[in-house]
Parts: sequence; C-alpha cells; structure tokens
Amino acid sequence: MDDIILKVDNLSKQYQLGQFGTGTIGRDVDRWWHRIRGKEDPYLKIGETNDRTSKGSSDFVWAIRDINFEVKRGEVLGIIGKNGAGKSTLLKLLSRITSPTTGSIKSRGRMASLLEVGTGFHPELSGLENIFLNGAILGMTKAEIKQKLDNIIDFSGCVRYIDTPTKRYSSGMNVRLGFAVAAFLDPEILVVDEVLAVGDAEFQKQAIGKMQDVSRNEGRTVLFVSHNMESIRRLCTKGLLLTNGVIKNKGPVNDIVNDYINLNTNKSASYMSIEDNPIRIQEIKLLNEGQIEQYTFNHDDDIYIRFELSISEFKAGMALFVMVLDKFSNRVFPTQIGLIKGKKVYTLRINDNFLVRGNYSLECFIHIPKVRQFDTLTSVCHFKVMDNYSDLLIHGDYNYGNVFGNCSWDIS
Amino acid sequence: MQKDTQNDWLFETTPRRKSFELNFKELYSYKDLLVLFIRRDIVSVYKQTVLGPLWFLIQPLLTSMIQFVIFGKFADIPSDGVPYFLFVLAGNILWNYFSLSFTGIAETFKKNQGIFGKVYFPRAIMPISISISNLFKFAIQFFLFVGILAYVIMNGGEVNPNMYMFTLPLILIVMALISMGVGMVVTSITTKYRDFTFILSFGVSLLMYMTPVIYPTSLAVEKVPEHLTNLIYLNPLTGLFDLFRYAFLGAGEINLLSLVWSAAFAILVYIFGLVIFNKTEKSFMDTI
Repeated sequence: MDDIILKVDNLSKQYQLGQFGTGTIGRDVDRWWHRIRGKEDPYLKIGETNDRTSKGSSDFVWAIRDINFEVKRGEVLGIIGKNGAGKSTLLKLLSRITSPTTGSIKSRGRMASLLEVGTGFHPELSGLENIFLNGAILGMTKAEIKQKLDNIIDFSGCVRYIDTPTKRYSSGMNVRLGFAVAAFLDPEILVVDEVLAVGDAEFQKQAIGKMQDVSRNEGRTVLFVSHNMESIRRLCTKGLLLTNGVIKNKGPVNDIVNDYINLNTNKSASYMSIEDNPIRIQEIKLLNEGQIEQYTFNHDDDIYIRFELSISEFKAGMALFVMVLDKFSNRVFPTQIGLIKGKKVYTLRINDNFLVRGNYSLECFIHIPKVRQFDTLTSVCHFKVMDNYSDLLIHGDYNYGNVFGNCSWDIS
Repeated sequence: MQKDTQNDWLFETTPRRKSFELNFKELYSYKDLLVLFIRRDIVSVYKQTVLGPLWFLIQPLLTSMIQFVIFGKFADIPSDGVPYFLFVLAGNILWNYFSLSFTGIAETFKKNQGIFGKVYFPRAIMPISISISNLFKFAIQFFLFVGILAYVIMNGGEVNPNMYMFTLPLILIVMALISMGVGMVVTSITTKYRDFTFILSFGVSLLMYMTPVIYPTSLAVEKVPEHLTNLIYLNPLTGLFDLFRYAFLGAGEINLLSLVWSAAFAILVYIFGLVIFNKTEKSFMDTI
C-alpha cells in the first residue's frame, strides 16, 4: 500500500535554556508586541543546534530542527539516536503533548502514545477501576474497554489482585497492568517509547511478542523508540536516525542500525559509556603490564583489559561476558567471569604468545545467563597485536589465523 | 493510490491554533473519560476511611458549629433574622463549592503534569471534571442543609423558603463558570510564573472574608461608607450568596443589578479563561 498515514513537514522545536525569571517577562512582552504588529517572532532567528556537551552562547536551542518524513500505513518505524538527539521531543510532538515551534504534523489516523505505561493510575483505586481510567485516558471508550476487559486482565496476570488498590501492587504488577491496557488499544498509529525495558524476562518476551503481533499481523502503524538495537531490528521495518536534532539518515532498518552502531564506535581503544542504563559497563581500558594505557601490543606481551562496571542493583548470577573479535568481527574466543557483589573492577589478562598479529576488538555484555542481558557492546576497544619476531614472521603477510596453537610436536 | 495532496487529514498539529477553539466533537468523544475523572475525584477522597462519604457532611457541619459559637455568639454578628447556624451553613456549603472548584482548577496544569506530559486528551476535560465532581459534593452537603432546614421549620423556626429556590441551578451554573474561568486563568499563568501560587493560597481565604459567608450583606452595606457600597457588589459572588439565602431562608434581599453583574462577569471570565487555557495547553510542558 502506498498510503501515507503520517506526514511530518519541516518540524522544529525550540527550547529556552536556563531559569525562568524576570527576564522571561520582558521577552514575552517583546514577542507579543512583534506579533501584534504582524511581525515575525524575533527569537526564532536565534538558537543553536542541540549539542549538550559544548557550551553555547545562546539561551535557545533547537531540540529538533527541520525534520521531514512520512510514514506509510502498516510501517513500523524505529527512531534511534543517542541521548539528547531529540527522540523524546519528536515523540512528544507526535503525540500532541507539546506543539512545535515551526512546521506541521499531519495524520490520517487516530494516534495513541505509550510514552509510559500506567499513566494516570490512581493509587487509591482498584486495579479494575484503574483499567477503565487508564483506558479512557489513552482514548478508549467505556464500551471498548468492557469488551476487552477479560483479555486485559488475563494478559496482565493480576486476576487475583484486580479488586485491590494499585498502591498495594508491586512495581512489576503496576507495569504489567499498564501494559495490558495499552496492548489492547487499537489506534491506527501507535507511538511507543521504551516501555519494554521494564518487567521481568517473561513479561518482556510477552510484551515484545504482543508488539510484533500488533505490527505484523494486524498491520498497525507503529513508531517505536528504543536504545535496544536488538528489539529495533526485530520489530521495525524502517529506521530513522537522529543526531543533535536533525535526521542523519532514514531508510531500511538494518542500514540505520548499522549507521547508529558506527556512530557509537569511535574506533578508539578505550571505551566510556554514554548511556545511562542502571546496569552498564562504564569503562574499558587496555593496559600493559605496567598499568599504562596502551593500544598496540607485541605478541609476547601480556594484555590487560580493565572493565569498570556500574551496577545499580546487584542480582545473583550476574556475569560479565567478553568475546574477542578479529578484524572481520569473527569470534576468536570467549571468556566469562561471575560478578561479585560490591566489586566494580574486573581485569582480564590475555596471556602472552596467544593472539597472533592483527587487529582485534571486543564484544561484551553483562548478563544473567539464559535470563537477561543488560548492556551489550559490540566492536569496542580496537587494539592491535604486532609480531615481535616470532617463528612465524618468516611467512611475511601470510594470514596465519588468530591464535598461536597451544600444542606441541612430537618427533619420532 | 496517491492521495498526498488531498486535504483529508484527520488532524494537523501546527505551531499556532486559533485562540478560541474548543473542539466540541473531540470533547464529546472523550465523555467516558470525563465520567471516570469525576468518579475518581469523588471516590478516591474517602477510600480507606471508615465514615466514607459522611466526611463530606462532617466538615461543613463542624465548621458551621464553630462559626456559630465564635461569630454568632461571641461576636454577635446578625443574620437577617434567621437562625445564625442555618445562615452560616448556607454560606459555607456554597463557599465550599466555589473554593474547592476554584482551587482545584487553579492547579490543573501543575497537578496533572505527569499525565499531561505523557498522553494527549483534550485538557479542557480537567476543569470540567473538577467542577462537576465538586457539584456532587455540594449536592450531598445541600441535602444536609435541606434536612436541617426542614427540622427548623417543623420546630417553628422563622425561615420561609420561597419560589426563588428554583433559581438554584442558575446560581450553580454562574458559580461554576466563575470558578472555571478564574481557575483556568490562574492555572495558565502559574505554568510560567509561579508567583501566582502564593497569591492563590492566601487569596482564597481573603476572598472568603470579602464574600458574605459569615456575615449578611446588609451588615456590610450598613458599616461601609455609602459611596463605597458598590464595592461590595463588585465581588461577583455577593449577589449569588444573597439570592441563595433569600431563596431558602427568606433572609436579606435580592440585588438584581449585582446578579446581572455576576452573570456577565461569569460569561466574560469563562471565555477569557478558555482562550488563555487553550493557548497554554499547547506548550505548557515546556515551561512548567
């Protein structure tokens, strides 16, 4: 179908930084005065791109600027970008929570946004009452909710607590109930922010399954924002990459995800986390024997890789998994260490005379085996191993694999 | 099928909308939400209480008793010939409706930023739901008032309710419009300039003393210099309180001009409130 359901034209949003105070009144009056005389808003001309790391001179920034895209009916669009790239602002504009500074959004379908599940839950009301309230807030009518009530309660898995006030619910149950209501919404366009990042593994699976169901089988149009490239790849057909408030690239989802990953892999040897996941690998450094940072090693050097983790909530069974990749991103060898509560720094030693010359990188993540995977880094920490006159050097440029064999010869 | 150029969009979001735009069709499609909000506001107040909705009655009763002792007995404030307790109870339930409705609406944006920041629905639902849920609370208190009134009449009290009591719906409509109008103005301004929250907190209690709640208008007219009498009636609530008491107690008198002023003020402030509310709701999430 070549049917455009959502069209975004030259969309921009400007924000004012800093504190609101007496200065704001002056500006408001000035704006108003310009408007009465039919002149252009003088503050629209100024403003800078949104780069939070550099200190700008203007009090105004463009959270997003001149964004154009179209979504066709039945398309699942993944919106990706680093923190502060403008994803949330775009979602807020799309879901009509705030209005744009310039440009327009046109839609042919009823839109519902799920920027957070369980919005509007009143803690004193029972689960059942909250299903109705939340459903109505999300745009359902009472009749619609009644019709789907059994399914919603079933999906939430909170049958037993349905007449209990939600303030007595565990946080997981709250999320389940909220997601259950949202899952049975049927707008033509569904806007979803990373709601899937909550709940236990079983529920996440259930939630992702439902999302796939909604988009694939029911042909619903979905706009999906996430930092999790895995779920973006699984759910979306198209991708949109935002950097500093402008569209860097759009197209088939695999290309866009690759773009994003390339954006993140600064081909440097050390790694510093830019995300703020509660459980993450904060920093990785490559060191030599003398604890000095180094990215190029001799084949007969020991290589030390120092991982600093940030774990807000320790769970039993957590482990750090590290895979060494060669220059073609083929896996060379894996290694894993169980995490110990309270310990943050884990140093891996790769013994000398193990890796042969070549370029390597790491893939690593924190996980609870078979249950959940947390921060996943692919192709970080590029380092180089050089041949320091090994026996094999006589072969010149011949590709002799990745590792020195841990083997011996017996001659008879 | 290429229909990109056609104007068949369901909705369009642009920077500026018309100042006065209340999309009734959209509002109507959210009527279930309105009902649920009203229900929530009423029910959630007395959850986990033993006495439940009875609290809606205890509060005005106790207030009126204390005022009966302090103002009726100690200070000896007159009450146009009717029992002071009934007089002040009438004032209290009417004042409660206005002040609860007004303060509730005046905090619409601040209190609901959590919801408003996550989901779109016509924001105008909030002030309406607050106003109506308070109407229910008023109804409960009103029945209490009628009960006590009946008791007083049976015991030969000097009160005479008359045909004017049928103006009650009008009184309530005008009060609802005033509370919504002023409330919407205040909540819109407070999103950017928090100064008004300070004014709000003590302004309401000051306004109570400027409104004939615990004293009759006749007393004010008597004490205030003659050329300032109009100031008393400048408060759009004065005429309404007078009418209410005259209708149910036969106390005081009706000032027609002040009633016209109340109605005119109500309509004007409501329209003004709606305009500024509509303007604010589009972008208040950026400034609150």
